[in-house]
Amino acid sequence: MNRDHIRNFCIIAHIDHGKSTLADRIIERTGLLTEREMQAQVLDNMDLERERGITIKAQTVRTVYKAKNGEEYIFNLIDTPGHVDFNYEVSRSLAACDGAILVVDAAQGVEAQTLANVYLALDHDLEVFPVINKIDLPSADPEKVIKEIEDVIGIEAQDAPLISAKNGINIDDVLERIVEKVPAPKGSENDPLQALIFDSLYDSYKGVIVFVRVVNGRVKKGTRIRMMATGAVEEVVEVGYFGAGQFLPCEELSAGEVGYITASIKNVRDTAVGDTVTDDERPCAKALPGYKKVQSMVYCGVYPADGAKYPDLRDALEKLQLNDASLFYEPETSVALGFGYRCGFLGLLHLEIIQERLEREYNLDLVTTAPGVVYKVYKTNGDMIELTNPSNLPSPTEIDYMEEPIVNAEIMVTTQFVGSIMELCQERRGKYLSMEYIEETRALIKYELPLNEIIYDFFDALKSRSRGYASFDYELKGYERSDMVKLDILINREEVDALSFIVHRDSAYERGRKMCEKLKDEIPRHLFEIPIQAAVGGKIIARETVKAMRKDVLAKCYGGDITRKKKLLEKQKEGKKRMRQIGNVEIPQKAFMSVLKLDED
Amino acid sequence: MKTDRGVGIYVHIPFCKRKCDYCDFVSFAGKEDLFSAYFSALGSEISQKKDKFGALTVDSVFFGGGTPSLPESSCLTGILDVLREKFNFSKNPEITTEVNPDSGSFEKLKAYKEAGFNRISIGLQSANDEELKTLSRVHDFKKFTVCYENALRAGFTDINVDLMSAIPGQTLKSYEKTLKTVAELNPSHISAYSLILEEGTPFFERFKDGKGLPDEDTDREMYALTRAFLKDYGFERYEISNYAKPGFECKHNIGYWERKPYLGLGLAAASLMNETRYQKHGDLRRYIDGDFSEDTEKLDRTSQMEEFMFLGLRLIKGVSVERFKELFGKSIQEEYGDVLKKLNKEGLLLFDDRVYLTEKGLDVANYCMSEFIK
Repeated sequence: MNRDHIRNFCIIAHIDHGKSTLADRIIERTGLLTEREMQAQVLDNMDLERERGITIKAQTVRTVYKAKNGEEYIFNLIDTPGHVDFNYEVSRSLAACDGAILVVDAAQGVEAQTLANVYLALDHDLEVFPVINKIDLPSADPEKVIKEIEDVIGIEAQDAPLISAKNGINIDDVLERIVEKVPAPKGSENDPLQALIFDSLYDSYKGVIVFVRVVNGRVKKGTRIRMMATGAVEEVVEVGYFGAGQFLPCEELSAGEVGYITASIKNVRDTAVGDTVTDDERPCAKALPGYKKVQSMVYCGVYPADGAKYPDLRDALEKLQLNDASLFYEPETSVALGFGYRCGFLGLLHLEIIQERLEREYNLDLVTTAPGVVYKVYKTNGDMIELTNPSNLPSPTEIDYMEEPIVNAEIMVTTQFVGSIMELCQERRGKYLSMEYIEETRALIKYELPLNEIIYDFFDALKSRSRGYASFDYELKGYERSDMVKLDILINREEVDALSFIVHRDSAYERGRKMCEKLKDEIPRHLFEIPIQAAVGGKIIARETVKAMRKDVLAKCYGGDITRKKKLLEKQKEGKKRMRQIGNVEIPQKAFMSVLKLDED
Repeated sequence: MKTDRGVGIYVHIPFCKRKCDYCDFVSFAGKEDLFSAYFSALGSEISQKKDKFGALTVDSVFFGGGTPSLPESSCLTGILDVLREKFNFSKNPEITTEVNPDSGSFEKLKAYKEAGFNRISIGLQSANDEELKTLSRVHDFKKFTVCYENALRAGFTDINVDLMSAIPGQTLKSYEKTLKTVAELNPSHISAYSLILEEGTPFFERFKDGKGLPDEDTDREMYALTRAFLKDYGFERYEISNYAKPGFECKHNIGYWERKPYLGLGLAAASLMNETRYQKHGDLRRYIDGDFSEDTEKLDRTSQMEEFMFLGLRLIKGVSVERFKELFGKSIQEEYGDVLKKLNKEGLLLFDDRVYLTEKGLDVANYCMSEFIK
C-alpha cells in the first residue's frame, strides 16, 4: 500500500467521554467486522477493562476504509489508555501516530485529562482535530463546548463533527475527517530500518509479540533485528498486521506502517517499550527520541498467600511485565510474610489492576502491603538512598533529612465545589498555586501536593466531595524536604514489618489510630487478649485491644447435625491455614491489606 | 470397624402446632391432615430399611421432632410396634420420645408407657413465662408442671427437661430461678443449651447484630452456673450441654458422640451405617409419596478419625486412647501428637488414658476440635 494512503492515528479523551465507543464505530464502519463479531467493545478486550469500563492496555487495529473519493485507505487506530497513571503508555502510543482525534463530551465539555492529553499530543507534533460526542444527550450543548475547546485549548473547533458514537450519528464525517486531517506518514523504505516499539505482549505460542511503528526502512521474516537500548539481537520469525482481535501475518512491514514482529525472543526484558528496532546488519544512525526507563511512582510488597507459590508469583510477574513495561519488581523478604516482591507501579490504579490480573489470570492469592512512594533519605554520612520499602529506613540517628515526591496537580471543578475541593487539598498538605475560571461555572485549581497524600484515596475523596464534578490530573514536579516518620504497628507487642509505613509527622497520630481500629476489626479473637499498638520512634501513639475469646462452641450436636458441624470445623480450619503467624497471634491475610482502605467508613 | 455394638434408631416427626421463631429443624405447622399419610409412609420406609439393615440389634429408639407428642398416641405406639416387629431389640432398650408440655396429656403419656416407652424428654426451655413468650413457645410454665405430673403419674422415672440459656431478655438471676425450679422437681436428666442463632430463622434476622441478647460473658457465666448449680442437686455434666443423675445419661445420644451406628427414619433424618453418612431430603410431599432417597457420604479413614475426635470430645470424659488404637491401628499420639501438645499447652486439653477437654477447652470447643481436622 502506498504510504499516501496510510493514516496512523489515535483517539484521545477524558475518561468516559466515549473514546472506546467511537473506536468501535470506526472499526464497524470500515467494514472489517460484522456486527455479530463485535464484542461489546472490540478494543477493550481484557475482562478487567470491560468490567471497569476503562482502557488499560493500548490496543491497535488496522482497517480498510473506502473514502468518498473512491480510494481505499489503511487506518491504523492505536487505542490509548485513559487514566492518569498510564501517561507513559499514552505517550509512546502517541509517538506511533501522525494525528489524533480529540473526543469531547457535548455535555461535560473540556476536562482535566482532555487538556493533559491534548498537550501530550501536541508535544508529539500530532495533528489534533476535535469531535463533539454525545450530541443526542438532552444536556448536550455543542455550541458551548466548541467555544470552550477554542478558548481553553486553542484549537479550531467550528467545523468539528457533531456525533453520537453510541447511536452511530455522523460517524462518516469522522472517517472523512481522518483521511483529510491526519497527515500521511513520512519516511523512506530505502533507509535503514528504524521502528518504534510502542507495546508488546506475551503469547504462549508465538512468544513475545512486539508492536511497532516502522518509521524508516523495512522488516520481514529473516531480518536480524537489534533493539537499540537493550542491545538484544534476534531473527524475525513473522511480521503482520493487527486484525480486530487477531494477528494477520504479511510479507513485510515498511516505512509508515504499523504492525507486529515476532522473533524467538526469550527474555522479556529485551523488548523495552519506547526502544528502537533496527537492522543489525544495516543499523540506522540513531535511535528514535523519547525512550525513557519508566519510573515507578508507587511501591508495595506483593506476597503469595501460600508461601509455596513464590515461584508461581515470579513467573506471573515476569509474564505481566511483558505486557506492561511499567511494572517493576525485585525480590524481598518480610519477617511476617516470607518471600515476595517489592513492586513498583505507575499509580494506585495500576497497582490494583496488576493485583487483580495476578489473581485472576494467574490464579494467585496475594497479600499486598501498604503502598508507598519513593523517598530520598539523606544520611548524616553524606549518602543518599532511595527508599521504596519502609523497613529499610535507617535509624533516626543516621538520617540527616528526608525528601518526598511532590506533584503538580490540576483540578477542574464546577465553581460550587471549589471550597470543598480546596479544603481537601489543604487536608492533604497541599500548597495552593493558583485558580482561574475557564468559564463562568468552572474553575481550574492548581496545587502542589505530596504524592503520598494522593496515592491512597484521593480520587474517591475528590469524587465524593464534588459529587463527581471534579476531574484531576497530575505530573511529578520533583522532591522536597519533608518531616517524615516511620509508623510501626505492634501486635501483641511484636513489631510487624509488613504493616510499617512512612507518613508525615503531622498525620502519624491520625493514621496510627485508624490503623489500630481497622486491625482490631480484622484480627479474630484469640484465647488471650491482644494489644494492637501504633508507634513512632518506639513511642506508642495509639492502642486498641482485641478481647480474648470466651466462647466458641456449638451447644448442640446430634445425629442430624454432624455433617453440617464438620463443614463448620473444616471452614474454621481452612481459615486458620490462611492466617499469618506473628508470634503467637494469627493474622488474616486481609488485615495486611486493610490499611489500603483506611478512609472508607 | 467392629459392628458388635447395637444400633440406635431415630424417628423424625416433622409436625408442630406452631413453629418457634428460633427453630431450624425440619418441621411444619398446620399439616394435621397429613398425619396419617406421613405415618403410613414411615411404615413403608421401615419395611424398606429392614430389607437393608434388618440383621441389626436395636438398643435405643428416639422419637424427635418437631413435636412427636402432637399426633394421637397411637401414631407413635404404632410405629414402635412396627419397629419391634421388623428389628431385633436388645434386652433393655432405651426408648425415648420428646414431649411438648402443650400436648403431654395423661392419657397420651400413659399410652406411651404402656407401649414400652421408658424415657421422655420435655421441652420446657424456661420457667419464666415472659421468656417463653419471647421464644414463641406454645406453652407456659403451668402447662409444663401439669405435663410433668402426668409423666410421673403415668409411671415415667427417667425424665429429661430441656432448658435454654442466653434467651433474649434473660438475666443470670432469671436463669438461676429456672434452674432451681427444675432441679427441685428432681428429674433424672437436664439438657441446658445456650440459644443458637440459626441462619434462616426469624430469630437470626432479629438478633444477628447481637442487640438484645445476653453478651458472651453472661452466656459463659450461665454455663458455669448450670454446672455448679446442678452439681449440688446431684447432676453430673457428661456432655457440653447435658447433665444427668448417675446412671441416667442418655444412651441414644451418647451413641452419636461415640459414633455408634444409627438409623434415621422419617423426613430429613440422618443415619450413620457402615461408615457412611446418609441424609434424607426434607420434602414432605415427596416423602409421603414414598420417596425416601438420601445423600450419601462414604467416610474414609481420615474422616472417621476426625469425627471420632470432634464428636468424642463433646463428652466430658473425652475419648479413649485404647479405643482409638483399636479402631485405627495407630496411637492417638502418633496421629495427633502435635495437636494434643499444643492444646494442652494452651490449657484446653488433658490426656492420660483418655483425651478430654478442660472446662476452658469446652468453652472454646470449636477451636479445639478444628485442630483435629486435616
